[in-house]
Amino acid sequence: MLKPVFEYTKGMLRVDTNFCPGCTHGISHRLITETLDEMNMLGKTIGCGPIGCAVMAHRFMNVDMCECAHGRAPAVASGVKCVHPDNIVFTYQGDGDLASIGTAEIIHAAARGENITTFFVNNAIYGMTGGQMAPTTLVGQKSTTTQAGRDTHQSGFPIRVSELIATLDGAVYVERVALNTPANVNKAKKAVRKAFDVQQKKLGFSFVEFVSTCPTNWGLSPLAAMDFLKNEMLPYYPLGVFRSPEGGEE
Amino acid sequence: MSNTKKVLMKGNEAFAEAAILGGCRYYFGYPITPQNEIPEYMSRVLPKRGGHFIQAESEISAINMAYGAGAAGGRVFITSSSPGIALMQEGMSFLCSAEVPCVILTVSRCGPGIGGIQPGQADYFQATRGGGNGDYKIPVFAPSTVQEGADLVYESMALADKYQNPILIFTDGLLGQMMEPVALPEPVVDIKSTDIREHKPWALTGYWDDDKKRNTVISLRLQPERLEEHIHKLFARYEQAEKELTRVETVGIEDADVVLVAFGTMARIVKEAIDMLAAQGIKAGLIRPISLWPFPYATFDKLTDKTKVVISAELSMGQMIQDVKLGVKDRFPVKLLNRTGGMIPTSLEITERTAAILKEIGG
Amino acid sequence: MTKKMFFAGYGGQGIMLTGQMVASAAILEGKETTFFPSYGPEMRGGTANCTVIVSDKPISSPLIFESDCVLAMNLPSMLKFEPTLKPGGVLLLNKSLIHQAAKRDDITKYEIAANEMASELGNTVVANMIMLGAFVRTTGIVKEESIIQVIHNVFDQKKAELADLNIKAFNLWRD
Repeated sequence: MLKPVFEYTKGMLRVDTNFCPGCTHGISHRLITETLDEMNMLGKTIGCGPIGCAVMAHRFMNVDMCECAHGRAPAVASGVKCVHPDNIVFTYQGDGDLASIGTAEIIHAAARGENITTFFVNNAIYGMTGGQMAPTTLVGQKSTTTQAGRDTHQSGFPIRVSELIATLDGAVYVERVALNTPANVNKAKKAVRKAFDVQQKKLGFSFVEFVSTCPTNWGLSPLAAMDFLKNEMLPYYPLGVFRSPEGGEE
Repeated sequence: MSNTKKVLMKGNEAFAEAAILGGCRYYFGYPITPQNEIPEYMSRVLPKRGGHFIQAESEISAINMAYGAGAAGGRVFITSSSPGIALMQEGMSFLCSAEVPCVILTVSRCGPGIGGIQPGQADYFQATRGGGNGDYKIPVFAPSTVQEGADLVYESMALADKYQNPILIFTDGLLGQMMEPVALPEPVVDIKSTDIREHKPWALTGYWDDDKKRNTVISLRLQPERLEEHIHKLFARYEQAEKELTRVETVGIEDADVVLVAFGTMARIVKEAIDMLAAQGIKAGLIRPISLWPFPYATFDKLTDKTKVVISAELSMGQMIQDVKLGVKDRFPVKLLNRTGGMIPTSLEITERTAAILKEIGG
Repeated sequence: MTKKMFFAGYGGQGIMLTGQMVASAAILEGKETTFFPSYGPEMRGGTANCTVIVSDKPISSPLIFESDCVLAMNLPSMLKFEPTLKPGGVLLLNKSLIHQAAKRDDITKYEIAANEMASELGNTVVANMIMLGAFVRTTGIVKEESIIQVIHNVFDQKKAELADLNIKAFNLWRD
């Protein structure tokens, strides 16, 4: 009998996503829901989505889920978790949502040590609104609001969010992973699992940053976008564990 | 009537306790005068009663925590004051859109801007029209005593669930800070987190078994047809609210020379002025809207031709007067009697100004 | 019968508690009552005051512009609230801190050296209770036994020895 080499994961609903070719949202969606499935927690999870390209995440992820106003998901998740402390509660947010308009919410959810997990999709650009500068846009990177490239005199410097969150004692586990190679995707999945494990053990706030791509708004082909991620983003956003329950950096 | 079963309570503390008795188990607050006794009370009391208190990093976060806990099926109460309520407007619109219940109480002060901390009613538009975007409405109750405030908070905990919509209680610094005898209601039966799905089948609880329906709570509806349909659904509910939630108190309006319209704190002072006017031989009546939305427009149809003028008495530059005019429908002249900026007229001032208005229109 | 009064003094002189005790005593007697404090930055160090109304019928406005009684713990309080008294009203002055005579002669004035009397009891903090005793015995707005009951309610169990001190102070002044 033939063995299937690919199956739909139970965690993803059978609908077409609205993501562009080469976008890594699909990968991060799948990593999260597949991990929940493996943990047998799909039915015991509540997700809080962002405003941005992933606003429709609730149509794709097979968990109870809500939309949140721009940047507010960590506050919403804090409220959800009060009511259902034994469920897994996560937020899924992009860089504009989390690191710009929602800075206060993410910092304070982490500082309070909310027992929730945040997945942070860093693709260095606003996607849904059409390629404007994000708080994580690299110096020199072109966007529709930094058309000659991000100039620090005009637009300041990109924020390294994982490093920032890792300074907060309420954050128990903070890791940055990338979605550009099979090896990195496997590492990313381990990070997702670890974050949920931390939450299940009620240890406190867990945070996984996915260094991601946006070929459409970067103006690159999917393959060239992967190169940009590796050559331009990773030097500024180094991968690694910034905080873990075992203590210190790994 | 004996008052001996009542306890002397500060308005803010009575409102907080009434919320807990009405089933509130989730409170999220941010400090702002003159409502600080409420988060202080909740932080002290709510955890002992099986609830959760979080001091939010801003009013914006507070209402979004409320959205999360409400979407998860919890009974939520949040409070703030005028500028803080301004920051919550995005959230209020969002909660209406997503059909999430929540009771919000404002202990209003004076604006514009940071303004002052004395009692004011210049947030009438903020409360009844709202600063959030889109087609939505929020029922607004304006108590005028601590007891009435406690009763309305208590009742609203259930009304918010019934209408799947926020309910706003509009008080001011005077009601929040003053103390009066209060008889507290009986506690409602608590719903356990694990039983929420039975009571609120729409709530986010996790679906637990594969054969159960997955729930989503959403606000984004990009297809105009779907959004229009959704708004009509909300407005059918608002129509029901207009029938069921319109509340008003009237005093001697049928044969009044002059009818004053006032709510909350101002209505109390007007009541005293009505007695003083009677002593001068002037028959004055009072319409006290208890619900600001829905506004009791129909009550104005009861005024008789004996009435010469209707006066909107407000602690603002005149906001409710627009609704008063809609109710009066040009049958009588409508005048404004107001103070603002935290100044509160004495009953003597109201008496004198009412008499002067009557004289001016030739009454 | 409706009686309206101001209680005023420096923040820290126990003015709010004094007003609340009168309101609580009124409830024990089955009467209607309101208590409204000044609030805001002026509470710190400046003049604190509250209005209390006691009535045998429902109270409309908790705010008052003319009073039946003023209890003034310091000079600014006397200057501010003496003019609000109705003719025949009662003005209770803390003579220890008010070295100026009240102007009005159409009212009844009582000057009480509350701080000195409290010092004799060993604690100036209870000066407000000495004034409260004078208030109750000169106006009769609430009964002495109601206040005693309220003192026991406020200073219960753990603070019982404070109740004794407060009752002693409350009983001290006699006309």
